Amino acid sequence: MADRQAAIEITNLTKIFGGNRTLFGGKTHEIHAVKNLTMTLHHGETLAIVGESGSGKSTIARMIVGLETPTSGSMKIAGQDSSELAREGAAAFGRKIQYVFQDPVASLNPRKTIGKILEAPLRLLKGYDSAKCKARMKELMDAVSMPADALQRYPHEFSGGQAQRIAIARALAAEPDIMVLDEPVSALDVSVQAQVLLLLEDLKAEFDLSYLFISHDLAVVESISDRVAVFYFGELVEEGSAAELFASPNHEYTKKLIASAPRLEIE
Amino acid sequence: MSAADTTMSAEVDADAPPARPTAWQLLMNNTLAAAGFWIMAVIVALCILEPILPLPDPDVTSLAERLAPVFSEGHLLGTDHLGRDILARLFSGMRVSLVVGVTASVIAAFFGSLIGLIAGYARGRVDNILMRGIDMLMAFPYILLALAIVAALGPGLLNALYAIAVVNIPFFARNIRGITVGLAGREFVDAARLSGKGHISIVLTEILPNVLPVIVITMSTTVGWMILETAGLSFLGLGAQPPQADLGSMLGEGRSLLFTAPMVSIIPGVMVFIIVMSINLLGDGVRDALDPRLRAGALARPMAVTKIDRKAAPKSDDKSALVVTDLETSFEGTKGTTPAVKGISFSLDKGECLGLIGESGSGKSVTALSLLGLVASPPGIITGGTVAIDGQDVFGMREQEIVALRGRKVAYVFQDPLTTLHPLFTVGDQVVEAVQAHQKISKSDAWAKMLDLFRAVRIPDPEQRANAYPHEMSGGQRQRVGIAMALANDPEIIIADEPTTALDVTVQAEILALLQNLRKERGLALLFITHDFGVVAEICDRVAVMRFGEVVEAGDTMKVLSNPQHDYTKRLIACVPKPGQGRQFLDDVRKLAAETQNG
Repeated sequence: MADRQAAIEITNLTKIFGGNRTLFGGKTHEIHAVKNLTMTLHHGETLAIVGESGSGKSTIARMIVGLETPTSGSMKIAGQDSSELAREGAAAFGRKIQYVFQDPVASLNPRKTIGKILEAPLRLLKGYDSAKCKARMKELMDAVSMPADALQRYPHEFSGGQAQRIAIARALAAEPDIMVLDEPVSALDVSVQAQVLLLLEDLKAEFDLSYLFISHDLAVVESISDRVAVFYFGELVEEGSAAELFASPNHEYTKKLIASAPRLEIE
Repeated sequence: MSAADTTMSAEVDADAPPARPTAWQLLMNNTLAAAGFWIMAVIVALCILEPILPLPDPDVTSLAERLAPVFSEGHLLGTDHLGRDILARLFSGMRVSLVVGVTASVIAAFFGSLIGLIAGYARGRVDNILMRGIDMLMAFPYILLALAIVAALGPGLLNALYAIAVVNIPFFARNIRGITVGLAGREFVDAARLSGKGHISIVLTEILPNVLPVIVITMSTTVGWMILETAGLSFLGLGAQPPQADLGSMLGEGRSLLFTAPMVSIIPGVMVFIIVMSINLLGDGVRDALDPRLRAGALARPMAVTKIDRKAAPKSDDKSALVVTDLETSFEGTKGTTPAVKGISFSLDKGECLGLIGESGSGKSVTALSLLGLVASPPGIITGGTVAIDGQDVFGMREQEIVALRGRKVAYVFQDPLTTLHPLFTVGDQVVEAVQAHQKISKSDAWAKMLDLFRAVRIPDPEQRANAYPHEMSGGQRQRVGIAMALANDPEIIIADEPTTALDVTVQAEILALLQNLRKERGLALLFITHDFGVVAEICDRVAVMRFGEVVEAGDTMKVLSNPQHDYTKRLIACVPKPGQGRQFLDDVRKLAAETQNG
């Protein structure tokens, strides 16, 4: 790999929704979801993306994993150009980068056992035979501290926290270099949230991962990220190391965000 | 039917976990569906056994014996106008009807579902072309279309079958497309794509299994309809051709003899009725067994007030605005009742804010809903305790009195106003309706009052915004409307159930400030339900920590937060990352996890 330092390099990335020509020659309403973004995720770091709903953070994440096509600009994922990956198909993306969704229960097919869900990436992305698949599934369940008998069960039999562990196991199954975590703990109870954050932190070290962590909860972001990027209406307004940014925010919006966070101050 | 049956039960068996009642057991528990199933089973068995039963040839005419009455010698059900044995004709007619009905619905289901899946998954141009085609098919009255198809292909049973199948394709296609569109946008489909699955594989292995129950349900409810349509076409002489027996053509032939020999047409008529009825009963049963929501009774219409069946109604001398004593709410299940709230007590006075904090499943929302008997019944029952509002026991009141309390004395603010506001009415109209529900004032006065309320909750430009629909507003604005609605009748107590959970932090801060102001201005008692300690610290005077339906700790917010007594409270507080704590937080959690494991 040419540049071991950069896990993701984004240059002048823009995404516009709408703006298509209609049947009668008019144009549909355009929404600039992401405006001219340049950003880098270094290898082995956790970069947090913070912003309100509608600030374009999920759109960025979906473009990075290839679920959305950028309108313009370029991305390099683990040293490879994203348009190249797109030509090779979804599997090419999946081997390099994986996505953990906000709602763990919705991200697991309700009519498939956990074993079947985990089998897909192992077979299609890694090409393992069934014996190897079985062994890997056990290892993965172990890595996310779930019992092996969970493999025979269906998603609705698990609580939100357990389902999120399973979703993380599925992402790990592809043995990616990078994980995009889209609000992975915001649907979970606080005590479960803490455990999942801890799990993510441990897995990062164990599997040498880089994280792109999307969240609106500043305290959570502060506890897990190395750097923070603040988004406001599709634009990157401020970027910096977590400690610095929270201690001395520069942009008006960042200041407001920090001031709004409910505080649990115990005197 | 048998083919459909086996695929269906195989599908269901694979799905049902061993511990739970299988779909088959559920089906058999439903008396009507079981009756339908057994009648169908008998009919199918008779149809299969027909060749070996000692019956005369259904097509042999014998004019000497024409129109023999029922129970005559050698002809149990009599004979028709050509002297043919009606029993024999009935059996072969049944067979034809069933085969045609089931085959037509399988064909319609296959092509309809295929079109629906492709259109719903591909969207865009493909969707447009396919669905406009389906629309064109639907634009014709279906019987006319069937007639036209039969006219073009020529009369005959097979052509009638094609006609009926084609006519029913849109029904499946529309149904399946709608569900597929919803499923294709779901996260598990994105996840499957990232697992390296191609489009065909996603449609067949991710979406189809979720659509299959709907296909089976739709099929089971359309088979009866298709049999009727076949009978209809045969009745018009376009389906089965003489001498072949078919229930529809038997009806048609008997029609002219309705007065002289009514049995000739009544017998096939009754048979059609029995077949269609039993299939429909079975179909409804299949739907109930396969639909988990129906299984849980979630779609049942709840009673106006939660069922009350109290063991005890303790009295309290507390004179606060809201006094809850030993409240116990349970849910009825198949294995008796399970309590969700286990005897909790708290009180709330005017101008005070009490925070009810707990994780999911702690019973905090059930507590909130129990206060005015809003827990859906069935399955909810209030099994004990009292809720006193201004010293009056709510559960001792008559139903109308409880209903009258809602919104007037006590009002609710819910988590997501998008689900509680009606999407088809403007927000202004909805608040006006809330005002008029309890106050007999004119529409224009109510409108003025609504504008005042909108100003009170700081909605900018209220005259304009009152005409907006809920989806045209931002989450924060909608929650302001929700609060305005709660304030509509100057209540004394407001119960806010996670009112800021769905909002952004900056908006959350604004809504909390608004609630705080309103509480001070109007002397409201506020019961604030949340899972967020940060929010509690911001707004509540006192806090009660709930776990598994019990209050484990209660007291002044600052005292509880700075010096928690119960282990659970300690753990909860430790699990909330604090601003400025940074990476230290995860180290603390690690220690805590190790402690709980050792202890």
